[in-house]
Amino acid sequence: MEQDNIYLPYLMQIEKVTDEAPFVKTFRLKFSNEADAAAFNFKAGQFGEYSVFGEGESTFCIASSPTREGYIECTFRQAGRVTTALATLDAGDTIGFRGPYGNTFPIEAWYGKSLLFIAGGIALPPMRCVIWNCLDLREKFKDVTILYGARTVDDLVYKHELEEWKSRPDVNLVLTVDPGGETPDWKGEVGFVPTVLDKIAPKSQDTIAIVCGPPIMIKFTFPVLEKYGFPDDMVYTTLENRMKCGFGKCGRCNIGKVYVCKDGPVFTLQQMKQLPQEF
Amino acid sequence: MEIERKLLKRSSLERLVDMMRSDGNMIYAPQKKETQVVFDTIETFADMTEDYIVSNQSPKFVAFPKIEKILDFSISQEGIRQEGTQLAAFPPVVVLGCRPCDADGFDSLTAIFNWDYKDELYNERLKRTTLISISCAQKDDYCFCTSVKGHPGSTRGSDILLTRFDGGDYLAEIVTEKGKALTEKYAALFEADPGIEKDKFLAEVKPRFEVEGLVQKCMGMFEHPVWIEQSLRCIGCGACAYVCPTCACFDIQDEAAVSKGERIRCWDSCGFGLFTIHTSGHNPREVQSQRWRQRVLHKFSYMPERLGVIGCVGCGRCSRACPVDMNLSEHLINIAEV
Amino acid sequence: MDELKQKAKELLEKQQVAVIIGYAEGTAGRTRAVFALKPEDSEKLIFDERCKQNLAVYLMKHEVKHLGRRGIVATIPVMRSILQVASEYQLTEADVHVLGITPEGKLIEFDGFKPMEHWLSGQDVGLSAGEKDELAKLDGMSMEEKWAYWKDELSRCIKCYACRAACPMCYCIRCFVESNRPQWIPIAANDLGSFEWHILRAMHLAGRCINCGECGRACPVDIPIHLLTFKGVMDVEADFGVTAGLDAGMESLLSSFKPNDKENFIR
Ligand code: SF4
Ligand code: SF4
Ligand code: FES
Repeated sequence: MEQDNIYLPYLMQIEKVTDEAPFVKTFRLKFSNEADAAAFNFKAGQFGEYSVFGEGESTFCIASSPTREGYIECTFRQAGRVTTALATLDAGDTIGFRGPYGNTFPIEAWYGKSLLFIAGGIALPPMRCVIWNCLDLREKFKDVTILYGARTVDDLVYKHELEEWKSRPDVNLVLTVDPGGETPDWKGEVGFVPTVLDKIAPKSQDTIAIVCGPPIMIKFTFPVLEKYGFPDDMVYTTLENRMKCGFGKCGRCNIGKVYVCKDGPVFTLQQMKQLPQEF
Repeated sequence: MEIERKLLKRSSLERLVDMMRSDGNMIYAPQKKETQVVFDTIETFADMTEDYIVSNQSPKFVAFPKIEKILDFSISQEGIRQEGTQLAAFPPVVVLGCRPCDADGFDSLTAIFNWDYKDELYNERLKRTTLISISCAQKDDYCFCTSVKGHPGSTRGSDILLTRFDGGDYLAEIVTEKGKALTEKYAALFEADPGIEKDKFLAEVKPRFEVEGLVQKCMGMFEHPVWIEQSLRCIGCGACAYVCPTCACFDIQDEAAVSKGERIRCWDSCGFGLFTIHTSGHNPREVQSQRWRQRVLHKFSYMPERLGVIGCVGCGRCSRACPVDMNLSEHLINIAEV
Repeated sequence: MDELKQKAKELLEKQQVAVIIGYAEGTAGRTRAVFALKPEDSEKLIFDERCKQNLAVYLMKHEVKHLGRRGIVATIPVMRSILQVASEYQLTEADVHVLGITPEGKLIEFDGFKPMEHWLSGQDVGLSAGEKDELAKLDGMSMEEKWAYWKDELSRCIKCYACRAACPMCYCIRCFVESNRPQWIPIAANDLGSFEWHILRAMHLAGRCINCGECGRACPVDIPIHLLTFKGVMDVEADFGVTAGLDAGMESLLSSFKPNDKENFIR
């Protein structure tokens, strides 16, 4: 009767650990049980509860694309009790995973449009999932622009993939670091994400903007998008809130009547504007 | 199912308790323990008290215990093993002598625990629980069931509702299939409808506010000074949530020794300061007024809108338990008026 | 208490305080805290023997603190709480105006903490006879009996933290029960979790508890939890000669050391 217990995690084995930035790691995870792997599927934007047995569960998104089958990846910053325990683990170790939960980016609805990804700091992981998902279906979209900023050069995550995106002719990658975060050989932009966005002067026509980042970055990015004429329903973001269950029961994640775990984590700017000020 | 009415003599109820017990049921009933009335297991009918208004804590624990084990795990050389809670091992339970509002409370909990994802820990426990409520002949100033669609003689949520009439015998109203199965099993104890007028034996609880209007109003009240005004004296404990029959907020925690342990689900409260705090330190509900608003709006706006049920059955427990006299019905009347 | 109402009104009118924290009539015969913000609100103020809640807990509450200077109706336990938290740098003289109430129910005002300390030094601030009896009963028990007693009492604990929330000395935003790196004590209200919670809370109140009994009154399941910290009050007094909440300049007992401190707690 185990499948009846919605709190019971899948056991997953860590296949690979990548150090991304100070205190930030990526795990590639494989299902310990073949049948679980076969039954599992998810879509871009969804999240899960990752657990270290004895320490508890922690919520973060699935950072790999659903187009890459056979594994999932997650990227986390070592911050609380569970992520600190996760950070001590190595390839071969087993963790728990429940999910996928939450809604998804409506990627199919974006076919035929241009995409503008705007990410800041550790918020690239939820974005990375969509980016790869879209790049794996590259012919379905027009222009693809990725603007990614971090505090310092050291803090940029997915460095290998940034190289890869940079070298692709069909991707326009703009990297930036906060003033003072640059190194002598830094060739990207220097400046906060909203400022650099303004500098790029993005075209809004037939373009979907996807924004992920710390609240402060999001707050200053929206007006820039508005300035360039992005309609509210063409701008997407993901919200984070403290979560325990992931499926609308524990009572923690709601913003007014909206449950981030069930109604989100993906919202359009239009939806965001209707939320009460409680996040 | 159409409600059937039968007579259950007092002596038959005594026998019913004995028989249900010898058939392996755990029977929870209200008992006086020093200053409190608590639901605990009884051995005989005599252990139970009928002279009470509502118990201090609600009987929600039969389906949503304060600590529920989710899984056991062990860590060894061979790796990690986990085993989920065996739902089949949950015992058959009878709750005898809960109130109509208590029975009603399970409907709210069921709505939460089955919102798209079916929580089988809860469902399995409830499935094995039979609710034999006793309607209310007494009430106090804190009772307001009739303001939130309840009634001292309401059958909703109960499997069987007993109403005590002259001489101590009971009218038994058989409400659900589960209740019916029980009366069939112990058929000899249930006799023909006594034909009494039930209302004569019920407490009179006057409605205090009009709940549909209140729910409508709450939907537009997120930004309002009333939340600060009302909550100035709230000290942010979890007493109200923990005694409430409909509060379902919980936490998930691991408890472990070195190589083995368990994952549990335990009660939590939206009134606690750190309930919503992010690891970054950011807290969307930083102050008590925001948490008080969450408590009220969750019950009277979000639940009605999202789940189609009001998150309050008017038992008044929160207000009796509150160390600082936050009186919910008083606050609700105030909200309806501002 | 017309005098109290009058005084409160004056203070609010002259804007010497932003709020008066006092008692008002509540529901079902109970009294409750009230926050008089406008001069006319002072009409609601009452004082009688039912007014037991330790109002000092509100002085540090975010929304109340941000109103500005607070006037407070203060019985002896409230005054002692004020001095105690002041000694812990949570409050200064400038933050509060004390409207003292003597044991006879008379209004008494102080010009700052010093005169209040002086007045308190002449008052009986010890445990009541009844409270001493209860403690004596516990002291008379064998180890096993004590264990059984507390196990039974604490089995009812639901960890609602009303005891903590009601206590003016429990003002930490992140209490040790919420610190999880490491996880000091189990979150769950099981035997271990509840015992550890209450024993640790009692330890954290040693030399700080001013024996108001609010934690016990607040408990929704009627656990006499104040007896644990009261025991600390007696021990601290006997071993170190310290009584909390009499001196705003007091050093913290648990973080100060004197060469002649008894070490009989090390066993
Ligand atoms: S909110 Fe209060 S009155 Fe309503 S069901 Fe819960 S405890 Fe009872
Ligand atoms: S108030 Fe009572 S039930 Fe609540 S945590 Fe304290 S001792 Fe436990
Ligand atoms: S995470 Fe539990 S309700 Fe959303």
